[in-house]
Amino acid sequence: MDKPWNNKAWFMVLPVLVLVAFSAVIPLMTVVNYSVQDTFGNNIFFWVGTAWYEDILTSSRFWQAMGRNLAFSAIILAIQIPLGIFVALNMPRSGWGVPVCLVLMALPLLIPWNVVGTIWQVFGRIDIGLLGYTMNSLGINYNYVSDPVAAWITLVLMDVWHWTSLVVLLCYAGLVSIPDAYYQAAKIDGASRWAVFRYIQLPKMNRVLLIAVLLRFMDSFMTYTEPFVVTGGGPGNSTTFMSIDLVKMAIGQFDLGPAAAMSIVYFLIVLLLSWVFYTVMTNYGRDS
Amino acid sequence: MARIECNHIRHAYTANPTSPKDYALKEVNHVFEDGGAYALLGPSGCGKTTLLNIISGLLQPSHGELRFDGREVTNLSTQERNIAQVFQFPVIYDTMTVYDNLAFPLRNRSVPEADVDRRVRETLEMTGLADMAKRRARGLTADQKQKISLGRGLVRHDVNAILFDEPLTVIDPHMKWVLRSQLKQLHRRFGYTMVYVTHDQTEALTFAEQVVVMYDGEIVQIGTPAELFERPKHTFVGYFIGSPGMNVVPVSVDGRSARLGGQTIELPGAVPSSNGAGRTELGVRPEYVRLSENGIPATITKVEDIGRHRVVHANVEGHHIAAIVAEHAEIPADPKIAFDPAGINLYADSWRVELGG
Repeated sequence: MDKPWNNKAWFMVLPVLVLVAFSAVIPLMTVVNYSVQDTFGNNIFFWVGTAWYEDILTSSRFWQAMGRNLAFSAIILAIQIPLGIFVALNMPRSGWGVPVCLVLMALPLLIPWNVVGTIWQVFGRIDIGLLGYTMNSLGINYNYVSDPVAAWITLVLMDVWHWTSLVVLLCYAGLVSIPDAYYQAAKIDGASRWAVFRYIQLPKMNRVLLIAVLLRFMDSFMTYTEPFVVTGGGPGNSTTFMSIDLVKMAIGQFDLGPAAAMSIVYFLIVLLLSWVFYTVMTNYGRDS
Repeated sequence: MARIECNHIRHAYTANPTSPKDYALKEVNHVFEDGGAYALLGPSGCGKTTLLNIISGLLQPSHGELRFDGREVTNLSTQERNIAQVFQFPVIYDTMTVYDNLAFPLRNRSVPEADVDRRVRETLEMTGLADMAKRRARGLTADQKQKISLGRGLVRHDVNAILFDEPLTVIDPHMKWVLRSQLKQLHRRFGYTMVYVTHDQTEALTFAEQVVVMYDGEIVQIGTPAELFERPKHTFVGYFIGSPGMNVVPVSVDGRSARLGGQTIELPGAVPSSNGAGRTELGVRPEYVRLSENGIPATITKVEDIGRHRVVHANVEGHHIAAIVAEHAEIPADPKIAFDPAGINLYADSWRVELGG
C-alpha cells in the first residue's frame, strides 16, 4: 500500500470532535467524576471509589423506580404498537381523508411535553376536569391524586394519546410504500385478509416497526416531564420513575454523588436495552 | 380451462367519462377460445394491462360483460373467477421459503397437503427452482424471484386461464428464451387458456398462436403472426410489427394505379369504387422493396449493416423508404426502387382496403 499518510487529515475532523466533546463527552465525564467522589460544596471533593454505585445498586428505592419504568414501557409498547398498526391499516389511502388524517395524527406530536402534562392534569381533576368530574358523577371512583391505579391509568392514557400517532405515521409510511402488485397478487392467490397482513403488510412494515419500538421504548423509559406535571411522582412513590427520582436526589436532596452514579447506571440500562431490541428485531426472520 | 368472452367491454379510470378520449379501453369484443395461446401486443399505455386486469377481476369494467364458458362473471371477485396471473415485476412473500411461496395459492384454497406437495414439487422442477426450495425467498436474485411468481401462476391446475402481464421484463435474454419455450410446452401439455401481454413483438410472435394487436384502447387486428406480417389491417400494425416497420407513404389512387408524387405505382388489384374520400396511403414492408435498375428513382441516405442483412434507407419523392437488402448484394450507383406486388397494401384512413381482382 503506497497510500500517502497525511496527518493533516485529522484537522478536518477536529471541529466535530470539539463539538462532540463539549456536547457529550465532557458533560458525561463530569457526571463520572461526581459519581466516584463525595462533596460538601466549596469545591472540596473526597474520593469514594465505587461506594455510590454499590449504594445505588443495593437500594430498594432504585430497583422499585426501575420496576415502575419497565412496567410503564411494557404497557406503553403493548398498547401503542398494536393500536398504531391497527389505526394505520384503517387510514384512507387516497382522497381528501389522507391530509385530514395526517394532520389529526400529527397534532398531538406538536404539543410540548409540559403542555400535554398540563392538559391531562386539568382534564383528570375531579373538581373542574372533564374526565375526572364525569367519572365521579357516574359513580366511578377516579382520583389520580389519591389512587395509584387512577394515577397510572391517567399516565398511560396520556402517553397513548400523545405518542400513538408516531407509531401510526411510521406504519402508514411503511404501508403506502407497498406496490399495488402485491395486493393484486394476493387476490389472485386467494389470500385472506389475515394472510395479506401476515405475509405482505407486516414484513414490509418490519423496518419502520423496529424504529417505532425503539423510539417508543427509549422515550417511555426516560419519561419525565409529563408524569412530573400530572402526579409529581405520587401518590406516595407510585409514579416515581427513575428520571423523577434522579431529579429528587440531585436537586431536591443535593446528593450529587449518588445521583451521578444513578445517571450512569440509568444510561447504561437504556443503552443495553436498546441494543437488545435492535439486535433481536434486525435478526428476526433472517436466514441462519 | 374456459372460453373467455368479452362483450362490448369498455373501461375508463375517471369517474364520469364523457368523450371517447376518457376511455382507457374503448370497446373490446373478442373471444379467447378455450385452450388458446394469445398474446396481447401493443405499445405502453394502449390498454393491454387494463384488459388483462378486467379479465382477472382486479378491475371492474365501466361497461360491458365478461363470460367464462357462457357464464357471466363480470361481477365476480378474482377469487371466484379462479384465474392465475403473473405480474411484470416479481411479487414474492419475503418471509416464506421458495416452497411455501409456491404452496401459498394452494393452501389458501384448502388443497390437501399431499396434493400441495406433489404440485409444488412439479412446479419447482419445471421452473428450475428445485435446489433452492428450502431457501427463504428474500435473498434471491430478480430473475429467481420472477420464477417464483411464474411458479405461483402455474402451480394451480384447475384455473380458468393463466394471464401473464409482461412477465419476462426483468429476466435476462437467454433465460427469456428458456422460460418462454417452457411456457409453450406447458401450454401444449395441459391446454391452458393463456393470455400473454407484451410490448415485445418477438415475444408475442414466438409465444402465441393468435396475436391481438392493441392500439390506443382498441383492438386493431387479431391474427396469426404470418397474417400480421403479410396483411397488416391497420398502418399501426405495419409500423409496430417488423424491424424496421412497414413503409407507409401517402398516395392518390386512380383505378389500378397509385400516384406517389410524380411517379406511378401499379397496384395488384383495383381499388373498390366506394373508397373516395379520406387519406390514402400505400404500405409496403421493407422485405418487399427491391433495389433495381428500373423503377422509381431514389437517393440512398443511409445503409445499416445488422449482420444477417442490410437495411437501406432511401429518399423517394421526399418520403423515407426502408428496404432490406441481402448482405452481399450490390447496391447500384444510380438506385431505383420497385415494390413487389405481393407486398403492396393500400390504406384508407389508416385501415386496410381489400383490393379487387
